[in-house]
Amino acid sequence: MDIELTKEDDAFRAEVRRFISEKLPRELAERETVGASGERGALRRWQKDLHEKGWVAVNWPRQYGGTGWTPMQKHIFNEEMAAANAPRLSPFGLSMVGPVIYTFGNEEQKKQHLPGILSGDVWWCQGYSEPGSGSDLASLRTRAVRQGDHYIVNGQKIWTSYAHEADWIFCLVRTDETAKPQEGISFLLIDMKTPGIEVKPIISIDGLHHLNEVFFTDVKVPVTNRIGDENKGWTYAKFLLVNERTGIAGVPESKRKIAHLRKIVKQERLGDGAALADEPAFMTRLSEIEVKLTGLEYTNLRIVAEEVAGRPAGPSSSTLKIVGTEVQQALSELAVEAAAFYAMPFQREHLMGIANEAPVGPAYAVSVTSAYNFGRAASIYGGSNEIQRNVIAKAVLGL
Amino acid sequence: MEFALSEEQRMLQDSVRRFLEQNAPLDKVRLAAGNTHTVQRSLWAGASELGIPGMLIPEDFGGMGLGFLDAAIVYEMFGRHVAPLPFLGTAVMAPLALMLAGSEAQQEKWLPKIAAGEIVAGVAVTERIGIREGAGVKARKGTLTGKSLFVIDWAEADLYIVADSDHGLHLVLPDAKGLSRRALNTIDKTRSVGELVFDRVAAEPLRLSSADAVARVIDAGRVMLAADTLGAGQMMIEKAVAYAGERKQFGRVIGSFQAVKHLCAEMAAALEPSRSLVWYAAHALDEVPGDARLMACHAKSHLSEVGRFVARTATEVHGGMGFTDLLGLHYWFKRIGFDRQLLGGPELVRLEAAHLQGWAA
Repeated sequence: MDIELTKEDDAFRAEVRRFISEKLPRELAERETVGASGERGALRRWQKDLHEKGWVAVNWPRQYGGTGWTPMQKHIFNEEMAAANAPRLSPFGLSMVGPVIYTFGNEEQKKQHLPGILSGDVWWCQGYSEPGSGSDLASLRTRAVRQGDHYIVNGQKIWTSYAHEADWIFCLVRTDETAKPQEGISFLLIDMKTPGIEVKPIISIDGLHHLNEVFFTDVKVPVTNRIGDENKGWTYAKFLLVNERTGIAGVPESKRKIAHLRKIVKQERLGDGAALADEPAFMTRLSEIEVKLTGLEYTNLRIVAEEVAGRPAGPSSSTLKIVGTEVQQALSELAVEAAAFYAMPFQREHLMGIANEAPVGPAYAVSVTSAYNFGRAASIYGGSNEIQRNVIAKAVLGL
Repeated sequence: MEFALSEEQRMLQDSVRRFLEQNAPLDKVRLAAGNTHTVQRSLWAGASELGIPGMLIPEDFGGMGLGFLDAAIVYEMFGRHVAPLPFLGTAVMAPLALMLAGSEAQQEKWLPKIAAGEIVAGVAVTERIGIREGAGVKARKGTLTGKSLFVIDWAEADLYIVADSDHGLHLVLPDAKGLSRRALNTIDKTRSVGELVFDRVAAEPLRLSSADAVARVIDAGRVMLAADTLGAGQMMIEKAVAYAGERKQFGRVIGSFQAVKHLCAEMAAALEPSRSLVWYAAHALDEVPGDARLMACHAKSHLSEVGRFVARTATEVHGGMGFTDLLGLHYWFKRIGFDRQLLGGPELVRLEAAHLQGWAA
């Protein structure tokens, strides 16, 4: 075990800090602090700057435009980004479909898609869940029927985050109705501009539009848009899910939220005038979460190290997903407690970052309840936490 | 010993349930949530026919002269149906303030109007529980100056009961000179709160006001919020169980999986004992004054925790559907969230309970 920081690591940290202080738009960081969604243009510019520096795809191999960093460098980078309130880049390209393309795609596909993912010019969304296929994803029924050089796709996806803003969708489709469910699925890349695709919004509990239904009616997709072999899509789908779940754990974001809460508790007063920071019950809960998170952080680091050593992380991503989302939910709960009755106002303009007036209550309180409410989704998406427990029982414990 | 509802109480609860089932289905709640006050007005008129606005008001003033346990079981039904009605301030806290601290003339003037469902009465007591951002109301020479936040039943109120920083209670009319009002849009669209700013506003004091009277008004409010959470939580459990019995994955209903069964069973196990707690807390307001304040704290803080657990777990059982606007489960989720924050969150209320018992300095 060698977790000492070397001189090179220290120098690297200094370089990361310098870059962030020069390039990260302040307004983006401020919005991130209060939990408002960042303006798309600013996010794109930030991704461009990271891309120019070669730092956009932290976990990708160098040959595909990744950083080729050591696990420690990745860790330092993530820490610094979180500490500076840098917004998280859209994960659908960088963390999800990108690795699938460079691992299982052909040269043409790599050439066509990886540059746009890195530069942020092309936005992706994820076509996995269907109305009848959530936890039981392999039962999906969106059909792709071969017709010459094309597939004709018919069906429906649901819970598709940001489909209304995406340029492309990666999609699981059924290409063999007769095989076992897992053995009749293919992985297609579909241009969202293709005729026959219709996107309908789903308004969520926070009153905002992140989610969608996506309908496919006789959508013509070139066979060359298929990743890997026909009917082998489930393998690629599972590979992607491991990355998705690790990302959902959101350790750097939770670290940042804890740091922020630690500031808030010094400002907020209880009914009797004492600082929230002097309230043992609250601080005990905050500390408990912090301990859990530290455990996760080092587990993350260990997984990265094992991957580098060629031992895949495998089902432990389920553990990360469960604990990571529990930590997120517990933190969002504490933020609501801290805001007390200021957690009640619903201030849509402030949430969307388009308000002209000062908010009711402290700035941080604007998003606490929406974060808490929408945060309920964290234990559902990416495979519900109940499903993750099944995975652990089967794949880790052999039950 | 009889630890159960009386026949009359069960009938009352049933009639309120039927009234809300028929008159306040979810699509109506959605309409009201879009700030359609006319919905609220017509519903409140219907509730008045059942005597609900005046249920705590003595019969001499046109009310039903019932007790807090009756009010609690009614508000439980309101929570169950996320009813967009001004019950908490208008039917409970305001009449109680008038009955405890008002003069006979004040009672004669206002109680019959409340009982008849003719007026909405807002209640401004937030700053007696916690003060933030310099809010608070000072009384001086018959006028009020300052600010009160999260005024209950704020919208369309015809009368406000306002607590000052010195245990006084006052009547303020909405069109009083120097009074400005601002709506606060909150997560819970089924109940209205707002802000009142006073600049030397003429106010009529309730002469018998005291620290105890203000506290009793808050105690009653807390028990009602606990009852509301109880009803909303019960409905969420029923909805989760129904969904678990319909939704199929892996070729069977998800309710047949032990993981989902246990989620439902845990909700039931958490909520059912809470019912007895709420009943006793409400009963204590009427009959056991020595226990009333502590029980109000216990009921409020415990139901806040249990309610949150149920709200989350029921949402989890619904999968993605649980957090869509379409299904509307979030009306219950947010109602429970609002109940938790209003009139003191559980930490604050538990601290108060510790003080009451001499456990905390």
